[in-house]
Amino acid sequence: MPRTLNKVIGEALFFLAVAFFVILAAFPFYWMLITAFKPNSDLYNVTNVPFWFNEWPTLDHVEYLFSQTLFARWLLNSLIIGVCVVAITLVTAIPAGYALARMKSRKGEALGIGIFLTYLVPPTLLFLPLSRIIADLGLQNSLWSLVLVYPTFTIPFCSWLLMGFFKALPVEIEEAAIVDGCSLFGAFIKMAIPLSVPAILTVVIFTFTLTLQEFVYALTFVSSSDQKPITLGVTTDLVRGDVFFWGELMAGALIAAVPVAIAYNLFLDRFISGITGGAVK
Amino acid sequence: MAVIAEPIAIKPVSRFRFILDRREVLETILVAPAILYVLLLVGLPLLLAIYYSLSAYTIYDPTWKFVGLTNFEQIVDNPTFIQTLTNTFIFTFGSQLLGLVLGKFGAFVLLRPFAGRKIVRALIILPFAVPVALATIAWRWLFDSLYSVINWTLIALGLMERADVPNWLGTPWLAMLCIVIINAWRFFPFAIVIFLAGITAVPQDIIDAATVDGAGFWRRNYQIIMPMILPIVAIGLIFGIVFTFTDLSIVFLLTNGGPVGATSVLGFAGFQTGIVSGDVSHGAAISLFMLPVLLVVVVLMLRFIRRREI
Repeated sequence: MPRTLNKVIGEALFFLAVAFFVILAAFPFYWMLITAFKPNSDLYNVTNVPFWFNEWPTLDHVEYLFSQTLFARWLLNSLIIGVCVVAITLVTAIPAGYALARMKSRKGEALGIGIFLTYLVPPTLLFLPLSRIIADLGLQNSLWSLVLVYPTFTIPFCSWLLMGFFKALPVEIEEAAIVDGCSLFGAFIKMAIPLSVPAILTVVIFTFTLTLQEFVYALTFVSSSDQKPITLGVTTDLVRGDVFFWGELMAGALIAAVPVAIAYNLFLDRFISGITGGAVK
Repeated sequence: MAVIAEPIAIKPVSRFRFILDRREVLETILVAPAILYVLLLVGLPLLLAIYYSLSAYTIYDPTWKFVGLTNFEQIVDNPTFIQTLTNTFIFTFGSQLLGLVLGKFGAFVLLRPFAGRKIVRALIILPFAVPVALATIAWRWLFDSLYSVINWTLIALGLMERADVPNWLGTPWLAMLCIVIINAWRFFPFAIVIFLAGITAVPQDIIDAATVDGAGFWRRNYQIIMPMILPIVAIGLIFGIVFTFTDLSIVFLLTNGGPVGATSVLGFAGFQTGIVSGDVSHGAAISLFMLPVLLVVVVLMLRFIRRREI
């Protein structure tokens, strides 16, 4: 009897711990969700229980975002930035990852680690000189400045990720193609790339989410509202003077956050193995 | 796989092809664009930042006059900067420690299979997945001076009166606590995943052998598993330290450095001085205080990458 009692208590404690972690992690997002659909009269009434709707939910805030703010434009800007940065990253990181993986001797690994370490050089160290470079190129206050700068962290990260993948790809496949008359470059284009579609897909998703998550460069280089990416637009343009429009803010943040959260969850394991360097093994 | 066996038509060979067929040449050409991009837009700006910090450059007076270490001396003499530096260390190590503790316990909970574990994991990973700027705005709303749901709960539970609820972002030490908590909250899912990746990679036979040899739960945990996953955890921690030490967004969006500079950190101070006030040389010098920490971290990282066993 005490044994089963112990077991019950153990189970209860376990699920209590699970609940603690879930609430800790997800409550701010629940709060976002509920704020986004609450009418203002409900939102700003301190006598109401805040955890649930006291009046009917409303789409007012979302409607306001799309009709009275540049929200749709910010979404479009983020999409443009994302697509361009993905293209630049793929064109540079796929060949680089492949070459690094196939290099004989330790040169490849050393070079790979070198590129990866640049991922650790922070935006807050580079934004001053970069803003000068961007001004010289005439890109200040334009979303194209971000297209130029974002590959500085996506290329190192993705080259590293792809290097790990190409290392795991048996080199015999390419050798067989070469024996059959394929050139070295042809073996890369016709054999290695088609076989690495899953890895390339991961890189596409990650590059895109990294561009959506970036804030520092966007804040530094872009100040015109119509050029802002979504994260910057929501967090800086929806605050007028000192007045926070919480309903609109939370609705905007929610819409911007949902796709990133989903993409991240799908590709999390690959991201972690990339970061912890499953690659060098 | 049938495709691979198909003979590929031999094309006339040009001189160009010969060069491309030399392995080292091709590899160099393939890797060059990535390296050039990074050198031009990371390496060059880094050198430029160092030069800025040694010059008298502002956006109003773009001279390149060399002034040696004067900027650094002026910065260090400023008591606000010492506060900023202290804040940065508290922010970084406080939040990483809290994140690690939460991560260790979280991993422990998630290790056991149970119904709905996938959904639980997806929910727990949210703070790390969602752009930090958006999450910070949500926290700002949670800590709102008037409509804070945290305060509402404290009052509803009878723990406090409406008159003396904490003003989270308006009291210096509470504001500091808030940014530490938010950053720990942002990184603990990452720590959980890192711990999980490490623990599941420990070969079961090693654990079994230890059990047979009489190692109990705690011994297995702290003398077998922990040392084995240490390199992976260290790499995760290094990422956490780098991204926290150089962070700007949480402080910028939550407190804007306030109240009266109480939560200013290096990244934020560099931004305020270099971009907002246009004093580029001092801004660059402030940011460069990150460099020693980054260098230490890079050296550690290289060592752990080499030493990794699992």
